[in-house]
Amino acid sequence: MEWYLPVIWASLIGIAVVLYVVLDGFDLGIGILFPFARNERERDQMITTIAPFWDGNETWLVLGGGGLWVAFPHAYAVIMPALYLPVIVMLLALVFRGVSFEFRAVAVTSKRYWNFAFAAGSTLAAFCQGVILAGLISGIKVENDAFAGGPFDWARPFAILCGLGVIAGYALLGATWLVMKTDGAVAERARRHAKELLIVVLVFMAAVSLWTPLTIPRIAQRWFSTPNIYFLWPVPIVTAVIALMAWRWLDARREALPFLASVALFLLGYLGLAISTFPYLVPPVMTVWDAAAAPASQIFLLLGTIFLLPIILGYYGFIYWLFHGKVREGEGYH
Amino acid sequence: MDLDPVLLARLQFAFTVTFHIIFPSFTIGLSAFIATLLVRWIATGREHLLRLARFWTKIFAVSFAMGVVSGIVLSYEFGTNWSRFSVVAGNVIGPLIGYEVLTAFFLEATFLGVLLFGWKRVPPWLQVFSAVAVAVGTAMSAFWILSANSWMQTPAGFALRNDIAYPLDWIEVIFNPSFIYRLTHMLSAAYLTTSLVVLSVGARYLLAARHLEEGRTMMRMGVGMLALLTPLQLFIGDQHGLNTLEHQPMKIAAIEGHWDGDEPGALVLFAWPDEKTESNRLEIAIPKAGSLIVTHDLNGLFPGLKSVPPADRPPVVPVFFAFRSMVGIGLIMLAAGWIGAFLWWRGRLFDTRWYLTLMGWSWWLGFVAVISGWIVTETGRQPWLVHGVLRTADGTSPVPAASVATTLVLFVVVYGIVFAMGIYYINRLINRGPEGRAAEPPEQGLPSRPLSSALDSGSEVLSPQP
Repeated sequence: MEWYLPVIWASLIGIAVVLYVVLDGFDLGIGILFPFARNERERDQMITTIAPFWDGNETWLVLGGGGLWVAFPHAYAVIMPALYLPVIVMLLALVFRGVSFEFRAVAVTSKRYWNFAFAAGSTLAAFCQGVILAGLISGIKVENDAFAGGPFDWARPFAILCGLGVIAGYALLGATWLVMKTDGAVAERARRHAKELLIVVLVFMAAVSLWTPLTIPRIAQRWFSTPNIYFLWPVPIVTAVIALMAWRWLDARREALPFLASVALFLLGYLGLAISTFPYLVPPVMTVWDAAAAPASQIFLLLGTIFLLPIILGYYGFIYWLFHGKVREGEGYH
Repeated sequence: MDLDPVLLARLQFAFTVTFHIIFPSFTIGLSAFIATLLVRWIATGREHLLRLARFWTKIFAVSFAMGVVSGIVLSYEFGTNWSRFSVVAGNVIGPLIGYEVLTAFFLEATFLGVLLFGWKRVPPWLQVFSAVAVAVGTAMSAFWILSANSWMQTPAGFALRNDIAYPLDWIEVIFNPSFIYRLTHMLSAAYLTTSLVVLSVGARYLLAARHLEEGRTMMRMGVGMLALLTPLQLFIGDQHGLNTLEHQPMKIAAIEGHWDGDEPGALVLFAWPDEKTESNRLEIAIPKAGSLIVTHDLNGLFPGLKSVPPADRPPVVPVFFAFRSMVGIGLIMLAAGWIGAFLWWRGRLFDTRWYLTLMGWSWWLGFVAVISGWIVTETGRQPWLVHGVLRTADGTSPVPAASVATTLVLFVVVYGIVFAMGIYYINRLINRGPEGRAAEPPEQGLPSRPLSSALDSGSEVLSPQP
């Protein structure tokens, strides 16, 4: 039990984070693509596709952060101070973007400011999430179980690479979401953007996949030593195949498949990062076992999670089913 | 300039949590109000109840969004600003926060989506169910978060090993000694705060001679809640005080401005507590009445501030004044409720202009009372972060003061803009009123969520009045 519990919790938090990245990813992507809309009607159409979902999507961020605290308080207490500035800036960006949904619905003359806040907040939040990711991959300076580095340790070229990569990735999710959920001019433009973004995302994925093993020996060893490489070589191949399929599906004017392919690309990228870092939560010093909460605490919340997670997924199924289908220009759910 | 990182971290948390609590204290009550309206609508079929529910739902959406985004910030601040606390208390109160997310947040988020956008897609009973689910979700959220907070005030059900708390008995942790008092006190504060806002908006409509039917309903429901719930709230507050005396006597001593425990406490109506001279300046007090309130005995003794060294006392001035602000507003609410009930009984509730005018301006009182109450209990908890377990000064993160100062400024700027605009937009929604004349004329551009189409589609039930 002492060995399994932290692994179970690491998997659960991994699931929460991946659900967050995919779900809030597409609605942050709508914000990133917002400046490309031509007029207010198109912006309304874009935002209506995510209006019933964004709040629930963002809740996974609370579950990811809260879950990390519950299950791995030592890691939480190291990661948050180490990534203090990117985390707080991300939260502030999410504040601006979150209130923009409701404010721009009520605003008249100030609507363009909230359009800007929505786009800028979404883009900045995505960038910060990339920076946070880069900070976690690159490792954190720890002494006596506490963060021992400086306030700008995370500021490396690799952080900018990851930040831009996450912006491109979310924009791809957002564009393929619009292909699925809209029609008319918005969907046409989204299809064009999706193809461009697909290429950009592949370039970033390749860059991260080369950069990390070249600069971090631990990751090179994980991937390229035998026997690991016999099991791991399909990961990049499958990624390439799915990207190719996504391109073709966009060409063939398929509607849901490009979005599902983008989600699959995210899952594969995520799997790659998990392979690179497991079992570290704070590489290269703190494993899931070092950082774990007391078993009694992990078990107490695990019992509730096993019971409640299916119910939560039930809510999700219900609300996505309820608001299925396309949002047409000038249409609202009210 | 030397900045004190502990003070900055405290200021930052105090600022962000104060900003946050404004919205839950409104949305907990408002969701219950909307659910009540919709249940009454289903039961009676009176359409102005539906109009009212849809009107307040729009205001709820704006408030809820501000509550959600400011709440996410808090769940990360435990780590960014209080990482040592996260480690010491994480085993025990981490799971409580986890249960809040699992039981409340997803429920609220999902059914709020249905409540806001489902009108064309789900049958009425499911709309009503969603409203009830949102109200239950907000109350459950309060349950867990107040359990976690109460544990910091009156920790129980744990053992300390190597300065880290380990849970022993979850029932004792969750239902720690001050929890039930704090939960009932806060929930009823939220319902009262909202009732006063509802009453205030109703009074404004009647004064302006618009939305008369809706205005009367709001006034009746607001007055009824104030008249019945305020006395109950005073009783709960008194019981909460007795509980605090047992577990955190220095908080009570600061509340009462009570320095010397060898004498019965006076009821200090006004004073300036001076921590240097350990006495009250400019005191106006009723002898022994403090003991009567605190111990329910005229000659009862309770510990004074001087019974512990200064380093173990909470800051006296903020606790002392915040308590008087809270209780003063409570008494005003009691008067508002009972005068309103009297006027209602005499059939004059809707045409007594001075009462309508006063109520029209009193919407903000509940919020000030809630914030004051939190200042009392949180400042009164000092110098402890977890009472008797961890001092505030030992709970912070290894983050330089400059980082905390920078983000504090960012928080003040961002929250300032968001708050000012949020209030401005809520006020605009209130001025537009319940009939949903919210849709701007077409020449001003199209509304973002086409409210006009909502009105058209709902016209069979919404039947706009002339």
